[in-house]
Parts: sequence; C-alpha cells; structure tokens
Amino acid sequence: MSEAALQQAVSASRENEFLSFVLGEEHYALDITTVKEIRGYEQVTKIANAPSFIKGVINLRGDIVPIVDLRIKFNVGEATYNDFTIVIMLNVHDRIVGIVVDGVSDVIRLSEEDMLPPPEFGVAFDSKYLHGLADVDEHMVILVNIESLITSNELGLVETKTQVVEG
Amino acid sequence: MTIDVNQFHGVFFDESDEHLQDMEQLLMTLDVDAPDPEELNSIFRAAHSIKGGSGIFGFDALMNLTHVMENLLDKARNQEIQVTAAIVDIFLQTLDVLKDTLTAYKEQTELPQDQIDASIKILEETLARASGQTADDLQENVQKGTTAVSDDIEGFGFFDDDEGEAQAAISETKSEEIEGFGFFDDEDEPSQSEPQAEKTSNEATVDEGFGFYAPETLPVKPDVEQAAQSVPKQPIVKPVKPKPKAAPKEAASIRVDTTKIDAMVNLVGELVITQSMLSNVGQEVEGQIGERLQLAIDELQRNTREIQESVMSMRMLPVNMTFNRFPRVVRDLSSKLGKKVDLVIQGGNTEIDKSLIEKLVDPLTHLVRNSIDHGVESPEKRLASGKSENGTVILSAEQKGSSIIIGIIDDGAGLNKERILEKAMQNGLPVSPDMPDSEVWQLIFQAGFSTAAEVTDVSGRGVGMDVVRRNIESIGGRIEIESSQGEGSAFYIHLPLTLAIVDGMCVSVGDQIFVIPLLNVIESFQPTKSQVKTLGNDKVLWIRDQYWPLVSLTQLMQVDNGVTEPTKGIVVLLESSKKRYGVLVDSLVGQQQVVIKSLEQHYKKVAGIAGATIMGDGKVAMILDADSVAANCIKIPNEEVSL
Repeated sequence: MSEAALQQAVSASRENEFLSFVLGEEHYALDITTVKEIRGYEQVTKIANAPSFIKGVINLRGDIVPIVDLRIKFNVGEATYNDFTIVIMLNVHDRIVGIVVDGVSDVIRLSEEDMLPPPEFGVAFDSKYLHGLADVDEHMVILVNIESLITSNELGLVETKTQVVEG
Repeated sequence: MTIDVNQFHGVFFDESDEHLQDMEQLLMTLDVDAPDPEELNSIFRAAHSIKGGSGIFGFDALMNLTHVMENLLDKARNQEIQVTAAIVDIFLQTLDVLKDTLTAYKEQTELPQDQIDASIKILEETLARASGQTADDLQENVQKGTTAVSDDIEGFGFFDDDEGEAQAAISETKSEEIEGFGFFDDEDEPSQSEPQAEKTSNEATVDEGFGFYAPETLPVKPDVEQAAQSVPKQPIVKPVKPKPKAAPKEAASIRVDTTKIDAMVNLVGELVITQSMLSNVGQEVEGQIGERLQLAIDELQRNTREIQESVMSMRMLPVNMTFNRFPRVVRDLSSKLGKKVDLVIQGGNTEIDKSLIEKLVDPLTHLVRNSIDHGVESPEKRLASGKSENGTVILSAEQKGSSIIIGIIDDGAGLNKERILEKAMQNGLPVSPDMPDSEVWQLIFQAGFSTAAEVTDVSGRGVGMDVVRRNIESIGGRIEIESSQGEGSAFYIHLPLTLAIVDGMCVSVGDQIFVIPLLNVIESFQPTKSQVKTLGNDKVLWIRDQYWPLVSLTQLMQVDNGVTEPTKGIVVLLESSKKRYGVLVDSLVGQQQVVIKSLEQHYKKVAGIAGATIMGDGKVAMILDADSVAANCIKIPNEEVSL
C-alpha cells in the first residue's frame, strides 16, 4: 500500500496524529487519517445472522454502512446506548465502517519514539491489531492498528476470498 | 499544430464498433441475387469511416485491412463484380478479424498480424479474381494518371505509400469542402481516382487543414489536370449522398460517458429519498401553511418522478442491440451443422437497461446456440416428422409491468424428458420418473449436465446451462422453460426493467421494514386457521389447491417482536425461479419504488437479502431476495407435503 508507505515515511520524520477514544475504562487511539467523521449513535437496521457485535447498518448520506460495537466484540465496558454514545466513522480501503465507542477524548500527536511496543497480554485486542502503547498525560493509551482490525477475518466485515468461493 | 489525438481514441473505438456492427447487419440482410446499391453504399461508407479514423490515429494494420476491403466493396457497389455468398462470407470473416484487431488496439495487446495478413491476402485474391479484366484497366489508368508509381504491381496497395498521388488529388479539390471527395462516387472509372481521394482525405484530416498542402501541390499540377481530364463527365460539385445522411443523426444524439449517467441515476435516487422524507415531514404540518406545503410537495413528487423516468430512460437501449448479433450466429452455426434455420426477431425495440444488455449477450448466445444445436432437427429428420424443412428460432422481447420477458423459442424436437432423467440419475441427483415436467426441465441447469449425444464444438460439454442461469440470476432475473416433445421448446428469461430501482411491496416485521420485489409477489392475504397445517416443526399453507411452504420472516431475519402465528399476520405468496412459497409478515405497509443500494460496498452479502434501500424516514430497509430465501430456507421435499 502506497498509503502505508507514505505514512511510514512521514512518521520517520515527524509526528503522527491519533484520535483517542474511550472504551469502558481504557483509553485507545487510532490513526486520525482513517477517520471520516464522528457522529452520535442512531437507530440501526439489524442484519440477520450477523454476530452480536455488528449492530446493523445505517444510512450515511446514501451509503449503507455497517456499525460495529467494539465494546461487545472485545468485552470491555458495557454496551449501553444513550445520547452520549459516539460512533466514529472510518474510511478504510474505500469501505466505510462505523465503530461505537463510549467517548472521544482528544487528538494526540505522537512521534515514533513515543510509541512503546505492545504488551503480549492484558489488552483486549490481539497484539496483531495494535501499533503499540503510548503514555499521554499519565494515561496509558493503546494505539490500535485500525486498518488491520477492520479488514480482519475476526470482525468478518469484509468478505474474504475463501468465503466468496464457498458462497 | 500538434494535438494529442489520443483523447479521441475512445470515441473512435466506439464508433468503429458501431460501424462494424452496422456492416455485419447489412451484410446479413444483403440479398445476394439483387443487392441493393444503397446497402452496399452503406457498407462501403462504414468501412471507409473506419479506414479514415484508423489512418488518423496511426492504426496501420486496421487501415490496411479496411483499405483492401473497401476496394472490394467499391467494386461491388459499382457492380463491377457480382456479389456472391462466398464474397459475403469473406467480408464477414474480415469483419471478425477487424473486430479482433480493433480490440487489440483498444486493449493495447498484440495485433493478430497473421490473421490480418491472411485476410488481406484473401481479399486481394478475390479482388484480382473477381475483377479480372477490370484490374488491368485499372492498372492502365493508374499509369496514365501518374507515372511515379508505375513500378508497383500490387494494384491498390501502392496508394498507401504514395504521397504525390494524394496531393495531386487534393490540389483539385482543395477549394471544396473536405466532404467533397465523395463526388467521385458515380463516375465511370472510380477505381482510379477514388482511392486517391480517400487517401487524401485521411491525410488532410491528420494535418488539420488544406492550407498545408497548397504549396506542395503546385509541382504535381500537370498530373492533376490529367486526372481531371480522365473524368470529364463528372461535375465538380455534386450533392454527396453519405454525408447529409449521417449529419442529422449526429446532431440528434451525443455521446456521454456512462459513468456520468450512472452518477446521475444515483443522484436521482437520493432525490427520490429526500422527496419522500419531505412528504413525511409535510404531513405533520397543519393549518394553511400545511396545505400550501402539501401542494408544493405534490408538485415536487410529480417532478421527481418525471426526472427519475427520463434519467432512467437515458440508460435504456433497445434489446435489438443484443438481438442484432444473432442473425450472424444463426447463419454461421446452421451452415456448420447442416441445418436450415430461420431466425425471427420480435419486439426488438423493447427497451432495457444498458447494463442488462451487456450481461445478456452471453446467456442469450448460449441459449440460441443450444436451440439450434439440440433443438432444431436436421432437415431430413424434420421432413420425416412432417415439419417444414426449415426450423424456426424466435427471439422475442416484451415488457410486462416492471419486467422484461425475453423468449428463445424453437420449433425443434423439444427437451427429452427420459434422457434428462437418465442423465440426472447418472449424476446421482435425487429424481423420480413422475416428477412434474417443470422440475425436470430445471435439472438441465445443474452443473455438468448435458444430454447432447455427442460433444461438438458447439455444445455438449455441459458447461453452460448452469452458467446461463447464474448469469441471469446475477442480473436479478430468472429463467423458465416450456417444452413439449416433438413440438419445440421455449426458454423465457424474466428480467427487471432496471437494476437501480425496483418496485417493491413494503412489509413490516417487528420494528423493521422489509421490501419484497413486486416481481416475485403473487398475492397476499390473511390465512384462516384451516389453511395452516403443521408438518413437524414447519408450517405449510393450503391455498390455490396446493401446499405452500411457509417462511416466517421474523425467524428468518431474526427480528424481535414479530408475529409468529400465521393467522395473526399476513402471508405474501412469492414466486421465485426455484420455488413458490409464502412468507409470513406482520402487516403490509404499502407499495413503492425503492432505490437499490449495495450492502456489499461497505459490508458483505447477506443470505436472503438482495440489497438495502433508504426509506422516506431516512432509515435503512432490507430488500428480500426471493431466490436466495428459497434456496437457503426451504427444505421441505414435495413428497412430504403431498401426504
């Protein structure tokens, strides 16, 4: 991916921007360039036979976009929906996906040196979906590799080649 | 003066494709015994246009081939040679090579040079043989006209290399319009000056203007005068037939990139949604303002519908676009198989979405080939069974409501039920001899299923009918077969008018709305207790003297709080290409046109769902896929039902 290469080239020289958000009590952050917009949670249309963490689809100005609740998927916090529940709309490989989070906190700048390698355990996310950890204002922030998470088989948002053949 | 001509390549390819298609059509309809000069002229003009264009863009292989073809055509239209079936065949073969060459240029792949050379050779031989005496005359005339090229014996080919010749002609015509070259059309010795003129026209266009030639033409002036003398009867300015005919057509239509139209269709879809949102809001406004608002909204609704219709009609093309290739297919195939087949095309003007047209070609070709190969019998057999010697294949299209029905009907032997059943048993399919015909016919859509006694290169390998069905289902259609032994068979393809918008019946299930395509709906009603029977865990319906499997949308789509008791809800009877069944819903909401939105774009395919749409309140509703529901959810074998 030229985009990834570009990102790497950029990160080598200067800082990257991340959007930090809250799931339960933990602080996470994701690459801000993947964020399309942030909006409140709205009523979804359910999809039959989908796993429980896929809440359904919404109409995003004419596009039918799936909404994923990471709290259910990774078993953090409580999956409650109120006026303050936030959906981060992501644009990954030309696909739009919304993820439900408890709140969005800040935009943080991190350089390569600020990033620490991810721990092997103790985080709900598999370490292959993580870029690393960072210390921001005495919080531990978990940097999520949102691109690999969204396209992973684990979420099942993207039809993999084998599934296509079988289907 | 340098202009990037590459930007016009797309247009040239499109136009050439059309010219090739026109030529093929005209050749197919050409009456060999009494060829219509106007038709021959049209063919000639089409070849000429391709030659001109390919000259401009430097597609030399294409130009050389069309050049030779054009020479032969020129002879034909001037009745210097007799058009025979053999010559028509040669032209058709040349068209195939031209098509390949054009594709090669388009896709920038390697040119089929061998084929091109072979075609040129065949054409030249034909030209030499057919014209015989004329060719010698030509040679003489040419030498009279110009001494510079006397060493070239190939006849026509030399014009390509000869600049002086071209310029000679131009000096005479430079005062005329460029189209003026056509005036050579009816002269007595066209073979001499015509190619020169045409060559010039190419060059002139490349160089964008005549002024460029003016100084250069002076030295060859004597040649020109000589050339002019050789056509003394010819008035200099003569109304040119081809151009005036083409001009109004060009003015009446413009070429638009399909992506632009698609974008417009999408936008209109959004407009339809916004409009229905607005009407929802409008209903909540009361009082005098509410009334005025309602009036305005009604107006908007009418306008929106009209915009939608006219935008959709932009994508519509007559089915003839697909049908027109079949006279050729039928002709080639029937002569190959030694059968006599007449093709009848009905309803070719029926219009259908452009994207469907493209996707129809393969399945239709397959079905037509099948009809000729397996359906229509050999002439002897036909005579023996008291039929006329010529078999008939009918290609028909008609619009019925919001769907198009395309029929491929032959008067051949019909499907052989015994052989299909035998083959099905060999393939280990669950069949019984007393299956209803309609189910037996569906067996031929199984993969690897061919009952042709021999495998020919036409058909019989059993890769096909399953692909045909898949192709048709992929464009939202279904296929039905009717057949009777000894009388013929008919394949009917039911297609939606368009892929972008569907007429749907909206039903509510729990707190969700689903849209059922109207194409599949037979009727809806509230069942009585006596109509509902229980079979194990499943429920079936007794209606219309038949048992219908019953699917509960509440269960199927995992909706909360939906009706599960059939007598408390509404049953909608559906018909898909595979099964007929009923679905149980809470209630009917209404009927409306919905814009189909892809689920796969941001998510993936969902079993039983054809896509999604956005309702008037901005919410998403799922569109049911009747075929997929039937395939995934109904497993009740027929025998059990009829117990």
